[in-house]
Amino acid sequence: MARPSRIPAVLAVPAAAAVFVGLAPLIYLFDAGFSRGIQGVVDEIMRSRTLWLVVRSLTLTLVVTLASVVIGTSCAWIVVRTSLRGRIALLTLFALPLAIPSYLAAFAWVSWLPGIAGFFGAALVLTIVSYPYVMLPVAAALRATDIALEDVARSLGISPLAAAWRVSLRQVQPAIVGGGLLVALYVVSDFGAVAAMRYETFTWVIYGAYRAGFNPTRAAILALVLVAIAAVLIILERRVRGRTARTRLGRGLNRRSVQVSPRSLRIAAWTWSGIVIGVSVGVPIVSVTSWMRRGTAVTDWGDVALTIRDSFGIGIATALATVLLALPVGIAIARFSGRFTRATEASVYVTHSLPGIVVALSVVYLGISLVRPLYQQVPLLVFGQMIIFLPLVVGAVRNAVEQSTPVLEDVARSLGTSRMATLRRVTIPVALPGIAAGGALALLGAVKELPTTLLLRPTGLETLSTSIWKYSVVSDYGAVGPYAVALMLLAAAPTAVLSTFSVMKAARQ
Amino acid sequence: MRSSVRTRRMRRSLGGLLATASLVVLAACGGSSSTDDTSTDASDDATPVTIDGTSITVYSGRSEALVQPLIDEFTATTGVTVEVRYGDSGELAALLLTEGDASPADVYFGQDAGALGAIEDAGLFATLPDTTLSLVDAAFRSVSGGWVGTSGRARVIVYNPQLVVTPPASLDELLNVQWKGRIGYAPNNASWQSFVTALRVLRGEDGAETWLKAFAANAPVAYEKNGVVRDAVNSGEVAMGLINHYYLYEKIKNEGAAAVVAQNHYLRDGDAGSLVNVAGAGILATSRNASGARAFIDWLLSDAGQRYFSDRTFEYPLVTGIAAFSELPPLGELNAPAIDLADLKTLEATQELLARVGLLTK
Repeated sequence: MARPSRIPAVLAVPAAAAVFVGLAPLIYLFDAGFSRGIQGVVDEIMRSRTLWLVVRSLTLTLVVTLASVVIGTSCAWIVVRTSLRGRIALLTLFALPLAIPSYLAAFAWVSWLPGIAGFFGAALVLTIVSYPYVMLPVAAALRATDIALEDVARSLGISPLAAAWRVSLRQVQPAIVGGGLLVALYVVSDFGAVAAMRYETFTWVIYGAYRAGFNPTRAAILALVLVAIAAVLIILERRVRGRTARTRLGRGLNRRSVQVSPRSLRIAAWTWSGIVIGVSVGVPIVSVTSWMRRGTAVTDWGDVALTIRDSFGIGIATALATVLLALPVGIAIARFSGRFTRATEASVYVTHSLPGIVVALSVVYLGISLVRPLYQQVPLLVFGQMIIFLPLVVGAVRNAVEQSTPVLEDVARSLGTSRMATLRRVTIPVALPGIAAGGALALLGAVKELPTTLLLRPTGLETLSTSIWKYSVVSDYGAVGPYAVALMLLAAAPTAVLSTFSVMKAARQ
Repeated sequence: MRSSVRTRRMRRSLGGLLATASLVVLAACGGSSSTDDTSTDASDDATPVTIDGTSITVYSGRSEALVQPLIDEFTATTGVTVEVRYGDSGELAALLLTEGDASPADVYFGQDAGALGAIEDAGLFATLPDTTLSLVDAAFRSVSGGWVGTSGRARVIVYNPQLVVTPPASLDELLNVQWKGRIGYAPNNASWQSFVTALRVLRGEDGAETWLKAFAANAPVAYEKNGVVRDAVNSGEVAMGLINHYYLYEKIKNEGAAAVVAQNHYLRDGDAGSLVNVAGAGILATSRNASGARAFIDWLLSDAGQRYFSDRTFEYPLVTGIAAFSELPPLGELNAPAIDLADLKTLEATQELLARVGLLTK
């Protein structure tokens, strides 16, 4: 069933707003980058070190993306397709790394095992904080696919794993590739983890150009290289995703129960789950709580409470604003094909490869000249966060809408309901759990985000991440502890909601 | 003092959140209360700076833990309220370069001379009055008068006397094979990188690269931070470390003299190993409250300000006539290299060199 390519104005107009937000950093990058003319750009890019660092970044990106796909997909399969007890709890535990900022995970590991610094440490930390971006959409997609096909395969004498490999994985391939793209773009943009692990990547020279070179022109040119890399990754993702049918044609069986897994498989699944959770969640939590015991300073719990309130206030504002912006884009991508849709999607993703400092300074550049009264105020901070988290939410909305059948909408339309009313009364309600999960992703992202918050926040406003930063720069890890623990504990609640909403409820119709 | 700071912060953040809420949730648009909150917040922020001149905005690359008490004292003494924006010294410099003429900042208070030099080069600093500049030795302020040093820190070799009988007398003696694998350093630390920049300034690119390659060949041990280097020396994990002078006194203050065996060794040979770098401040040319900004810098250079740095951080006071912490050798006897500290702004080239010789990354 081909998707229509003519996109109605009711979606196209608000989607254009999302395009503006997604592309806003490019205005700054082109203006700052080309301030010394085209020759300056060519000279900067042609330096051999630039190319060498692109290679190092891409190597890390490839390794982390593949590892995240393997871990994310296997964990999703364990949750959805085995008969282990407590699979919902397991799902939340698998998603818990979403609550841990990469800089904190990296520091937890390197302070425990200094020898891990370098490529291995960077790849490990980035994988453990990234795989949930693959695990969640794949689990949701697996749950929405017809298990009867796997059962048929098994009845023909194929082992459970082989059945999963040959039947289900094919069906969830778009979810795997979409999650992989988000992971790849994130790895390209990361500085926190690679800095702590002392593995030099392309973001090092961008941060170096700002912090040590005091040269925004150079930094902007280098950041444009990251945009180009993102464009290539987006095109690659389209190629790999291919033309698989992405909406369910019929309701299928959609059975909740799965066959009892053989004992050997259950043991293997438990072992693998234990390793993944221990490495991704256990080590950071043990490490951070041990900092609390090291501290001699008295914790000002009033300040911790205030910081929590401000963190989540900004996080919730970011989540609401980003969901509003992402809805028309996500629905358009899920329901319509064609050039406009593809361009919209690409423009939302293409700046996701930019490090936080670049996004922050582009918002500074635009904000200080265009909306001066809002400069260093919450709305501009939220705007900066929206640029960063828009792709995550668009992806969540797209997945949620794709997994619901368009037949209901067709029926509503044929009964004379307007496009707008159909969206409001059919499309959005059906996809609501997945949309809410997208909002929770933005909330979690905003609460742990550091570089943009640091530069765009109202003077004097502290979030959990800026407090962690404030005390860690003076090596006061005793004081870091309460803020870091508060961040991880409180982020666990939205993580639980998000994981169950996006997986367990997504396929209900 | 603390509680008053917190109340202000609470009001600010609440107002801002209400403003966002009114933007995001398009409902209840006629609500006069939220509009009022927004405008109060805006006037709270911008108006005092422009109209009554009793408030200044400081971009501080020095940490809140270190400087906030001194700033609170300034407000209590002068009545000038201070909005402090804390961040990384280099990132705040990049922020100023991006904001340009429209910057809300009145003062930049940075952690090292390199960032100060870069801001001055971009033409963003106003020239400080001679009465302010002349308080500080010419070696520790801008040649053209855009910024002034507020406290100094000396590079030292911290060593464990149980492991080292005679500490090296020069940087080149550090390259001796007897120290192989026994020297600690902090590759990401800004002061270490400033030291290497000074080495480049003094010995030229080739001379610096030669020294660094030999140093790398002597298998120095990399640590996360200067404080960790110091602790590793004190515990005997490594024999020596390349850090700043005050880390030792910090440890003595926190853990008592009995817990500390490590000692500082000053090279005093006019080479990069004797570098005295500064933290310093300048006034933005676009400041709308230059008198408040000058009062702030004069406060940092006052007896109270200088003694604060000396007592709290064991840094060197830079104003002539104010004595340093009693354990320290006098600043004049350190034989610091004769370089223009603003030359330390070529930090990016230093990082590239360090990466090339394998001392920055793994």
